[in-house]
Amino acid sequence: VTDDGTIEQRRWSDAMLAAALFAVDPTGFGGIALRCGADPIRMQWLALLTRMLPASAPLRRLPTNIPDSRLLGGLDLAATLRAGRSVAELGMLREANGGVLVVAMAERLTQGTAARLATVLDNAEVVVERDGITARHPTALGVIALDEGIDEERPPEALLDRLAIHLSLRGTRSIEESGVERASDIAAARARLSRIAVDEEMVEALCEASLALGVDSLRVPLHALHVARASAALSGRDAVNEEDASVVARLVFAPRARRLPVEEPPTADDEVGGDAQRPESSSNEESEEGKPDKAEPLGDIILAAVQAAVPPEVLASLKPSAATRARSSSSGRVGVALASSRRGRPIGTRRGTPQAGTRLHVLDTLRAAAPWQAIRHRERRGVAIEGGSPRIEVRREDFHILRFKQRTESATIFVVDASGSSALNRLAEAKGAVEHLLADCYVRRDRVALISFRGARAELLLPPTRSLVRAKRGLAGLPGGGGTPLAAGIEAAHGLANALQRRGQTPTLVFLTDGRANVARDGTQGRSRAEDDSVASARLIRRARMNALLIDTSPRGQGFAQGLADEMGASYLALPYADATAVSKAVRASATARQLDCASGGS
Amino acid sequence: MPAAFPFSAIVAQEEMKRALLIAAVDQSVGGVLVFGDRGTGKSTAVRALASLLPKMQVIAGCAYGCDPSADHARCVDGCSSRGPKRRAKSRSVPVPVVDLPLGVTEDRVVGALDLERALAHGVKAFEPGLLARAHRGFLYIDEVNLLEDHIVDLLLDVAASGENVVEREGLSIRHPAKFVLVGTGNPEEGELRPQLLDRFGLSVEVKTPGDVAIRIEVVRRRDAFDRDPEGFCQKWRAEDGRVRKRILAARERMGSVTVPDAALERAAELCMRLGVDGLRGELTLIRAARALASLDGDDTVTDAQLRLVAPSALRHRLRRNPLDETGSSLRVERAMSEVFPA
Repeated sequence: VTDDGTIEQRRWSDAMLAAALFAVDPTGFGGIALRCGADPIRMQWLALLTRMLPASAPLRRLPTNIPDSRLLGGLDLAATLRAGRSVAELGMLREANGGVLVVAMAERLTQGTAARLATVLDNAEVVVERDGITARHPTALGVIALDEGIDEERPPEALLDRLAIHLSLRGTRSIEESGVERASDIAAARARLSRIAVDEEMVEALCEASLALGVDSLRVPLHALHVARASAALSGRDAVNEEDASVVARLVFAPRARRLPVEEPPTADDEVGGDAQRPESSSNEESEEGKPDKAEPLGDIILAAVQAAVPPEVLASLKPSAATRARSSSSGRVGVALASSRRGRPIGTRRGTPQAGTRLHVLDTLRAAAPWQAIRHRERRGVAIEGGSPRIEVRREDFHILRFKQRTESATIFVVDASGSSALNRLAEAKGAVEHLLADCYVRRDRVALISFRGARAELLLPPTRSLVRAKRGLAGLPGGGGTPLAAGIEAAHGLANALQRRGQTPTLVFLTDGRANVARDGTQGRSRAEDDSVASARLIRRARMNALLIDTSPRGQGFAQGLADEMGASYLALPYADATAVSKAVRASATARQLDCASGGS
Repeated sequence: MPAAFPFSAIVAQEEMKRALLIAAVDQSVGGVLVFGDRGTGKSTAVRALASLLPKMQVIAGCAYGCDPSADHARCVDGCSSRGPKRRAKSRSVPVPVVDLPLGVTEDRVVGALDLERALAHGVKAFEPGLLARAHRGFLYIDEVNLLEDHIVDLLLDVAASGENVVEREGLSIRHPAKFVLVGTGNPEEGELRPQLLDRFGLSVEVKTPGDVAIRIEVVRRRDAFDRDPEGFCQKWRAEDGRVRKRILAARERMGSVTVPDAALERAAELCMRLGVDGLRGELTLIRAARALASLDGDDTVTDAQLRLVAPSALRHRLRRNPLDETGSSLRVERAMSEVFPA
């Protein structure tokens, strides 16, 4: 068996253990986030999990685009009209009471839906205040979040925080089913669950370990306790012991670890090297220690188990000094998740007649019409209608149309020429403009990114962000000077803009350059090839029909930049002494013009 | 509703608890916003407060919970027609702490045509919404920064005017809706609209406790509660009762608490130094300090109270300077150390 095989085997057995723990206590610790493609192995895992759950437990699949009326419940219109009184319809959350909610493509979940799930997980009840219906339904459920995200794409943090166990089966091939718990064992464990004792030392050790690993949320140690109890119950014990602690370490702590404890014993590395070494082996040695001497031994077991469970490449990035970096990248992730949630989402209805581009909201229209039926039928009684009178009489004033969130989120990408002598000045102004725009974006909720190019290549200095603090950190001390790889800069901008477009944002490119390239795409010097390359790249922008603005920073407009702007299909603006305020003003003006364009040409 | 975690069993998070108690003593302080890390017990604290609040008197049968001792001329439910001569029957009810859940529809917020009665009897009747239910109590919004914009718009006006005006479905109704707005959220999920931010009197930042002992105690208590909610609440009942008495005593005392000129000057100087717009900041600062003094059982507002409430009262009112990275809390701290002699 190869090393890979061992890791895969271990991952799979952990996944099976997680499924069994969940089946023992489906509503006790939030649930499981499973990161995995839509592979057969995921189907296999889900099927096994389902088999372990009690037959009576409901299982619902939640589509990511579920409307509130289905998620939370509301007015059942058909039944309402039939019965002549309002009839409530249960939402999916309530339907899953006592069972499982499977969230497919959880990485696409909007923050709003995630927050609704989180509220139910926290409060164990669904609060409905919709369509004239008021209800509180006690609801206990567990969530299985299937995360197909690639790279930075992840389910909303608000949901992940509430799911105790995080698993990954990404890249794991199908494996024969071994060590599957029998349903009867699970049922026995479930019955034992309420009697499982946890001693103080264990509580302390779990709290200390989670803090030492840089896991801030207090939900995590709390969930860890529940997982530990389920683990003890599954093993047929009446108390939680070190074995359960190491299960918790692998399934709950390791995936969340942001750093490793500072005084790391040198032997820890060896232990990581030997992947096959199971943490249980070390726990046995220490289990005899009955010393009331603090929780250190237990804590060490947990930490060792975490280190053994974290993949080596991740471990390397978790060195103590990296703690802050890990944290800042996570806040970026949140930003990405946020972005995908802002797409033409219906935000309610208003009275109005449907015209081109607007959609009739049938439910609200009928809702508006429903109360008047008795009166209208009475009015109609004298008047004969061809083909008899309609059962429901809807009039013009009942029409309700859907309101969509019109604005798609916009992102401004600055592409700054940092080459040559004027680089520093230009960069400083671009930084200023970024800050101005961000201060402004604070209200409008837009994003700003910055790419600079100099020497042989382009560099993304500031990934799209809305955070001023982050921007300042990213832009501190920018280097300048060197050749002008204009083509590389344009291509980098095109790539980023493309990525943003796919996420449903509207990118605007702002170039600050004099348009004179002297480094070709492959990094070689030479003006003519460099210029050909930059023109070719510029055409990419035009072909993709991206909004672009080119600010010519050459002292006297020399025509190069103008030509480039034409190739890009960009607006052109000569600002030889571009200062931050002027640049940000120009960008804002072009953005406004564009929005007007959209508004008139849109609907 | 499931039993709520007892307020007095909440470990640490003093600033949050203080702000909530102040709002319970003096509604005019104007709402509390709790922003901070995940899993710090933000919504736990608000729900805990709900079960702790002393009961209030309402006119029996009034759908808007009118106060029998106050002028209720604006109530549409007919309490006004009973007039001051015929004394309305009153009864004591728990102070409403109304959840404004995500996914709420407009009709339930402002109130709408009562479908039930319209369908069954063809009667046009108004069914009060959450704003009516929250009158004289608290309106709680969890994940306040995720609230849909069109719902926020509805709240903004009512929160400022204390009156809900309904013009829909052929109804034309206005009723009082004075409530303390309480919002919780995680800043990572989005900023709050400045207009909404402005509606909160106090704003609290919560952080995950970094101290192991505190964390252990939090987990221990929460776990005990999860395993046996009733038993746990029973254990803390007496303690919660003491907090309730403290609120009641503070309300009594508040009228007689004096605010010396020195305190007013301090507050003004602090606001000036921080460049806080308008008078709202000063006013909130003074009110909050007075409420705190009454909670402490003091007769006058002192520097100690001002210092304790200043961060909550002012940090969300600072003008954002894009070129200054300093956090708002730090700026308030700094200004305080200049204004208050050590």
